[in-house]
Amino acid sequence: MVIAVTLIVSFAIRLTGDPAVMLAQGAGSVTEADLERIREALGLNQSFLAQYIGFLQGLVVGDFGRSFMGGTPVSDLIGRALPATLALAFASLFLSIVISIPLGIKAAVSRGRWPDQMIRIFSLIGLSFPNFWLAIMLVLVLSITFNLLPPSGMEGFSSFIMPAATMGIILTATNVRLVRTTMLDTLRSQYIMVARAKGLSNTVVLYKHALRNCSIPLITYFGLQFGGLLGGIVVVERVFNWPGLGTLAFEAVSARDYPVLQGVITVLSLMIISINLLVDIAYGLVDPRVRKE
Amino acid sequence: MTAAIKTDKLKRFKNLEFILGVLLVGGIGLAVIFSGWLFPGGGSELNLAYRLTPPLVEPGFPLGTDPLGRDVLARVIIGGEISLKVGVYSALGAVVIGIIMGLVSGYYGGFLDMIVMRFADVQLALPFILLAITFIAVIGGGLTNMIILLIISQWVQYARLVRGSVLSLRDREFILAAKAIGVKDIRILFQHLLPNLIGPVIVLMTLNVANNILLESSLTFLGLGVDPVIPSWGGMLAEGRTYLQTAWWVSVFPGLAILLTVLGLNLLGDWLRDALDPTGRTSL
Repeated sequence: MVIAVTLIVSFAIRLTGDPAVMLAQGAGSVTEADLERIREALGLNQSFLAQYIGFLQGLVVGDFGRSFMGGTPVSDLIGRALPATLALAFASLFLSIVISIPLGIKAAVSRGRWPDQMIRIFSLIGLSFPNFWLAIMLVLVLSITFNLLPPSGMEGFSSFIMPAATMGIILTATNVRLVRTTMLDTLRSQYIMVARAKGLSNTVVLYKHALRNCSIPLITYFGLQFGGLLGGIVVVERVFNWPGLGTLAFEAVSARDYPVLQGVITVLSLMIISINLLVDIAYGLVDPRVRKE
Repeated sequence: MTAAIKTDKLKRFKNLEFILGVLLVGGIGLAVIFSGWLFPGGGSELNLAYRLTPPLVEPGFPLGTDPLGRDVLARVIIGGEISLKVGVYSALGAVVIGIIMGLVSGYYGGFLDMIVMRFADVQLALPFILLAITFIAVIGGGLTNMIILLIISQWVQYARLVRGSVLSLRDREFILAAKAIGVKDIRILFQHLLPNLIGPVIVLMTLNVANNILLESSLTFLGLGVDPVIPSWGGMLAEGRTYLQTAWWVSVFPGLAILLTVLGLNLLGDWLRDALDPTGRTSL
């Protein structure tokens, strides 16, 4: 799995063009011998397979090589950008879960009546929003018109709100529908009827008995969303000049900085694969029936 | 009694969904198709005297002008062509490949089936935007490359959907009967299996066109998609962003166009899902 992803990525990146030429452009007159020297220094004269094997060897010990631009170790660059991206990812996921669970439950309970329709309309509109445009509109209203929040950068909590809200809102649109559908299935079960018959309050039935049984499918969906979420964050980071992996990747693309791009994409894919693994483990924590098996 | 009223209300809401979806998609589609006739200048005439005119000020420019004095309304309508082309062509390409691969891999199983499922796994681990950044850095942006990239990354969805349905239909009586009277495999696949599983495929395709439009505009916005010289929604947004302080209309209207188009398609997809699936009441 990991091998397939890294192989595709490194093969594709090798085709982007010769970084030696890019590097040399700034230096004025360049001879073919100079180019050859650069290639040798960066290990570009080796075959693709040799470069790839070298990359894999480094990966095992957490070494992604050095950036072509300035020679900083790629792991340092990623280490600096990763927390910014992760913070954004978890904040948006948290925000969307906190909003979509009560709304989804409300929609399921009032199925077919106006709260359900309203929530459905809002979720359809949210699904149709281009994330970068939502980000731009937030900047327009909150930073430019009302001057409440900083339009870009990462300084303090206030600069955190808009990027997290952008992805949070978009995720919420999908999640509300997921919560609603799973909830509708669960509410049909007999143990819900029993709980109601015992005379438990509505809140206890919904949030304790029903929600707990919804959690398995919901955790699966939330886990599967993580890939899309990271993809979205990469774009939104660009609007807010957020110093995360997305910004790093774009800089690497324009400078043909292979090791950096390769490192970023590998790290992102590894994250997605490990989240899916964590989801499997989480089943056991939530559902005692899985633990027994 | 109350249940009857509820379904009645739901039906009315569903009809509203359909009407709104058709109006949005049809209206935007027609405007884009006839854009050449509506705006013969292609939206690229410069009117430097009217630079950054706000909306509703000059009668000639109802949505205002951009920093070069180009008509925002004309550019929004003409720019739709790129998005609709990418959305529709890539979905069509992915559907054709996905159906063929899904039918064959579901029906015959074996090696091909394994390959399709491996592809699906890799897909889950690599978000499209990342794949796109990598590949566009290689092969360059542009309309055709973007369509090819979307097809490559999305046919698997259809293949999985079709494969799943084929697996559940393969051993049903009508297929066995067809086999027993000696119908050729190719005919079983396309004449007996395909019509029975096409419903969900059409729904997925509608939603996919919507999603492709979103992806295309994000890529173009990031400067990885269509050439910025050609008017496109993503490109206009990238340009307009620089003038956000002084001219909000340059970035508001292209985004609104994306939103309304995608919303229309999502409404239609939602409606289709229920219309084509009379037994599955789960989404109601």
